[in-house]
Amino acid sequence: MILDTIRALSPVWQMGVVILCVLVVSTIVIAALRFLQPQKNYAELLHRTISWWVMASVFFGAVAVNDRIGLVLFAFLSFWAMKEYVTLLKTRPADHGGLVWTFLAIPIQYYWIAIGWYGMFVIFIPVYVFLVLPVRLMLSRETAGFVASASQIQWGLMAFVFGLSHLGFLLIMPSPVGSDANGRTMLLFLVFVAEISDVLQYVWGKTLGRHKILPSVSPNKTWEGFLGGIASTVVLSLGLRFLTPFSVGETILVSLMITVAGFGGGAVMSAVKRDFGVKDFGGLIPGHGGMLDRVDSLCYAAPIFFHYVRYFHFR
Amino acid sequence: MSDTSTSVDAPRRKPRGTVTHVMQIAFFALVVKPFMTFFIGLRVRGAEHLPSADPFILLANHNSHLDTVSLLSLFPFSRLRRLRPVAAADYFERNRWVSLFTRTLFNILPIERKQISSENNPLRVMQDALSAGDSLILFPEGTRAAGEGVGHFQAGIAHLLLRAPGVPVVPAYLVNMGRSLPKGTFIPVPFFCEIRLGPPRVLQGTKQEILASLEKAVRELSC
Repeated sequence: MILDTIRALSPVWQMGVVILCVLVVSTIVIAALRFLQPQKNYAELLHRTISWWVMASVFFGAVAVNDRIGLVLFAFLSFWAMKEYVTLLKTRPADHGGLVWTFLAIPIQYYWIAIGWYGMFVIFIPVYVFLVLPVRLMLSRETAGFVASASQIQWGLMAFVFGLSHLGFLLIMPSPVGSDANGRTMLLFLVFVAEISDVLQYVWGKTLGRHKILPSVSPNKTWEGFLGGIASTVVLSLGLRFLTPFSVGETILVSLMITVAGFGGGAVMSAVKRDFGVKDFGGLIPGHGGMLDRVDSLCYAAPIFFHYVRYFHFR
Repeated sequence: MSDTSTSVDAPRRKPRGTVTHVMQIAFFALVVKPFMTFFIGLRVRGAEHLPSADPFILLANHNSHLDTVSLLSLFPFSRLRRLRPVAAADYFERNRWVSLFTRTLFNILPIERKQISSENNPLRVMQDALSAGDSLILFPEGTRAAGEGVGHFQAGIAHLLLRAPGVPVVPAYLVNMGRSLPKGTFIPVPFFCEIRLGPPRVLQGTKQEILASLEKAVRELSC
């Protein structure tokens, strides 16, 4: 009876049911752990779980309802991530005008997505902003520290605005030839796989982690977490094939790509945090840190996944 | 310029009108609060130090036009009526429109910096406001400093506290406002800004002692 109702749902809402089940099960597990081991401190885990409920609701709500709301959400993610990054940068007073232009580039980038102009979306930040922003910085007529400012600002735009905006373009992609999947369902696949991989790497690392993988960059990451997280994510992703045009073999390959790219993104952002001398990028999400602490893996996984799908399934 | 010196005192004797008060509340509810939350991402440390009763003096370093706006945004709207940012008349009342804007939306207490008479003496104006039950937001550096950090305090605040003993002073240190909207710029960059508040204190002693302890209070919040 319930199963029939779920089968009658569209793939997007079926995924909503999957997300709900994962949240309910993990909340029950944590409640049970707290009950069985009252001497241990589960406060942080609890905060994290509550935040997951909020993040999943906001994300799924925005993506499921319509494209415009989804794009507004992703533009806001980019804006907030860029804001966290720029606040930690050592900017010069002379960078003020250039930074105003930097933040203006965010709505413009998402505007290209909203009107579906792929050619502009894909070169706006790597070509036009890359060329124009240093001109604006130069016009402040302060040469000391010029290269550092121009490079750091452009790097942030590439990672957080250009990278994350691929989530937006994926959202508006149509169905590939011969498949019921579309951009929206593949976006749900990508984000679920990337985020569950982060969680599972954390869980495997916490329970079995012994051998540090990058001790000088991210002391909490272990080989056990990395391998266990990736393997279990790949297995789980096979259950989400209804969101994709992929065969079994291709699903394994693609979820390997997402998880490895996501690990790379997370580790790169750890290096950035180490350089800035901070533990978290901010305090927006209780238990997680800043926005960047949550979307770091997506900054890498989104463009990799998007260009793979576009090349192999939209030709 | 004679225009400003007469406008400094006389109209301020009237209590703030309801329409003006409502306009200020609407401005804070519809513009300032969303701007501080979603654009600036204002963080506050030590919000519990804000006094629940007027009058008091809120004292901060000054690097940006965001300073006054963000400090005012900490309070419930109903308290805006009693909160008077002390502002230089020669700048914030430089013409009729700026004056209307700053008085209506920010409830400023304009003080004269240049042609001081016994009538418009800033100390008297501020003391009158305090004894009328208004609280002051005061930047004792006297002007916006370049960049970030705490500059040298002017002596006026110490004179004011000697004339109005017993008024509690809340020190505040403002972070990143001078990066977001430094002097000479008009479009803010959305750096995260922070307000750090210290416990209220009642100061006694000589002018130098008061001044030194206030500077120290703000500086301590900067570390």
